[in-house]
Amino acid sequence: MPIEQHQRAARAGSRSALLRIATAGSVDDGKSTLVGRLLHDSRSLLSDQLQAVADASRRTGRAAPDLALLTDGLRAEREQGITIDVAYRYFSTARRRFILADTPGHVQYTRNMVTGASTAELAVVLVDARNGVVQQTRRHAAIAALLRVPHLVLAVNKMDLVDCAEPVFAAIAAEFSGYAASLGIPEVTAVPLSALEGDNVVEPSARMDWYGGPTLLEHLESVPVGGDPASDPVRLPVQYVIRPQSGEHRDYRGYAGQLASGVLRTGDRVTVLPSGWITAVAGIDVLGQETGIAHAPQSVTVRLAHELDISRGDLIAAGTTPRPSREVAATVSHLNERPLRVGERVLLKHTTRTVRAVVQDIPYLIDIDTLARADHPGLLRVNDIGRVVLRTAEPLMLDPYAVNRRTGSFLLIDPADGTTLTAGMVGEPF
Amino acid sequence: MSEEKVVTLLTESPSQPRRLSHLDTLESEAVHIFREVAGEFERPVVLFSGGKDSIVMLHLALKAFWPAPVPFSLLHVDTGHNFPEVLAYRDRTVAEHGLRLHVASVQEFIDSGRLRERPDGLRNPLQTVPLLDAIRAGRFDAVFGGARRDEEKARAKERVFSLRDEFGAWDPRRQRPELWSLYNGRHAPGEHVRVFPLSNWTELDVWQYIQRERIELPAIYYAHEREVFARGGMWLTAGEWGGPKAGETVERRLVRYRTVGDMSCTGAVDSDAATVAEVLTELAASRLTERGATRADDQVSEAAMEDRKREGYF
Repeated sequence: MPIEQHQRAARAGSRSALLRIATAGSVDDGKSTLVGRLLHDSRSLLSDQLQAVADASRRTGRAAPDLALLTDGLRAEREQGITIDVAYRYFSTARRRFILADTPGHVQYTRNMVTGASTAELAVVLVDARNGVVQQTRRHAAIAALLRVPHLVLAVNKMDLVDCAEPVFAAIAAEFSGYAASLGIPEVTAVPLSALEGDNVVEPSARMDWYGGPTLLEHLESVPVGGDPASDPVRLPVQYVIRPQSGEHRDYRGYAGQLASGVLRTGDRVTVLPSGWITAVAGIDVLGQETGIAHAPQSVTVRLAHELDISRGDLIAAGTTPRPSREVAATVSHLNERPLRVGERVLLKHTTRTVRAVVQDIPYLIDIDTLARADHPGLLRVNDIGRVVLRTAEPLMLDPYAVNRRTGSFLLIDPADGTTLTAGMVGEPF
Repeated sequence: MSEEKVVTLLTESPSQPRRLSHLDTLESEAVHIFREVAGEFERPVVLFSGGKDSIVMLHLALKAFWPAPVPFSLLHVDTGHNFPEVLAYRDRTVAEHGLRLHVASVQEFIDSGRLRERPDGLRNPLQTVPLLDAIRAGRFDAVFGGARRDEEKARAKERVFSLRDEFGAWDPRRQRPELWSLYNGRHAPGEHVRVFPLSNWTELDVWQYIQRERIELPAIYYAHEREVFARGGMWLTAGEWGGPKAGETVERRLVRYRTVGDMSCTGAVDSDAATVAEVLTELAASRLTERGATRADDQVSEAAMEDRKREGYF
């Protein structure tokens, strides 16, 4: 391909960036129907997928194809009528590529939504217009706030069942926005819609002409994604040291990693942690090409001016640098049926560093529905959200999760069998 | 990797900070996954079939470790009914990059009586036993696969790091929650982890990336004339693997392959798309998913993939 044509393609690509979405809501709120409608009306479904839905609908005695069946996955789920886990859906429009984490709304809900929200840049919380904001809605908002999902959308569904009445929508939107503000969520976009009928999902609703805002898809296409990395401090957790040790690159030594935040340039002064050595960036290679500059979240290889003993788990940082610490105070979501207890020994996986740790204290547990705290519960059970203090065998370079989701998050792992026990976020919950 | 293959996209104007395209984001994510495995596992291996997804995987691995060689070997499960063009491509690629290739042969398993040919002649489902045998023999602890979540609904629930027990089995209920980009690869001796760096890619992303990176593919991905016959609503290639049967007529058509697997179950589609750009145009207009259009093995039942995955399939 000629270079000019290639650059045109590259520019076109940069306009349609990637947006990661998480949806929250129960089956009764029409979440599966909404996801099916988004895929269907954005023409992301192909005829064999539609045929499969039509066949399954007929087999189960439904009059019309049920779009909710699109998001059912495994046979085990269909037989038991449940959804096991987070399922990922992919769709795109001319303007953007979307990855949607579809999380089910049954008992394991908190764990699954925490998982789906951890990578999401936007969360869609669904409510039934007839019921308004219920306890589960508050839980969804709290989890989105806890996971610091940057954008929150309230989808008020089934508007057709309340005669598309504006006051119903306005009251729900006001109540939800008030609750979201109390959680520290600055802004909520509320959309009145009917997933079943297609109103305001992709096409504007003729029945709700009082609504002047964007349809759900229009909002997904236009919401700003990612901040300006130039204003963030540089964080490059070292994944792997690249040393060919032969051929023309005999003396090459590069530190490979994915830039967790910031913009790094050749010549920048950087600090290597936990050692604290200060050196300069001698060169930056982005996947085989010397570039001189890299932006988060690019995967890069960095060459440094001094020969230092740097290995996987170290951090190359610039700007304000974190102080290596063996004390971790965090908000956690417990994910496993096995409880987490005070005194337990675990492995802590943070960026590219895994260290031994002990649970020193569980100061409190948060009721995610009411935000009430219960002091010193002694242990955390599956789906519990709580405060945990850990002491680690080796220092970690932690940022507050509110500042950096990549360098402020960690997992607790059972050292005996490798089970992922707990997801942690450094700092205060809200 | 030759220099001209790596085309930088870093065009920056001072007024407008650069935004990563969706391909840049997916590429960086996949490279991150490769490097995590290199950092945490003892004996990783890349499943390489010569199909477009495994070719893109290898391209990403080459970029991830440049200028050092890829620190993994390759493993191909040869069904015995592979397209000769694809095998030639495989061998050329292995030689070009100085890679080490392990081949697990379905034919050898059949010849030695350890596997029996199925009545329907499909060989894709037979790959599981030689695959698990090769993983055990090679003591591989991480096995990269090119599967994508958009391919199939059982795969939509797959993790990037997917733990397999000592029998290679996948239990959807036992999968670990996967948060942020923290991948937990811990496993007991005898267990292994399947790793899917292209989890979040779609068929269109793969083709756009092939175009952007100017990646060479086996020629059968592009329109060519071929002797084919109709079976189960798709065009199968005529050849010594078993087709056509009596009553099936061979004709010469202009076709291409959207997926490349075993000749016994991989269908060609009518196409005059002879270049990457023409394939992209064709995909934009296509009304069938790639598996719906071209895979007989997925049409056996609604849960065919789920069942094969549970047994240890790719």
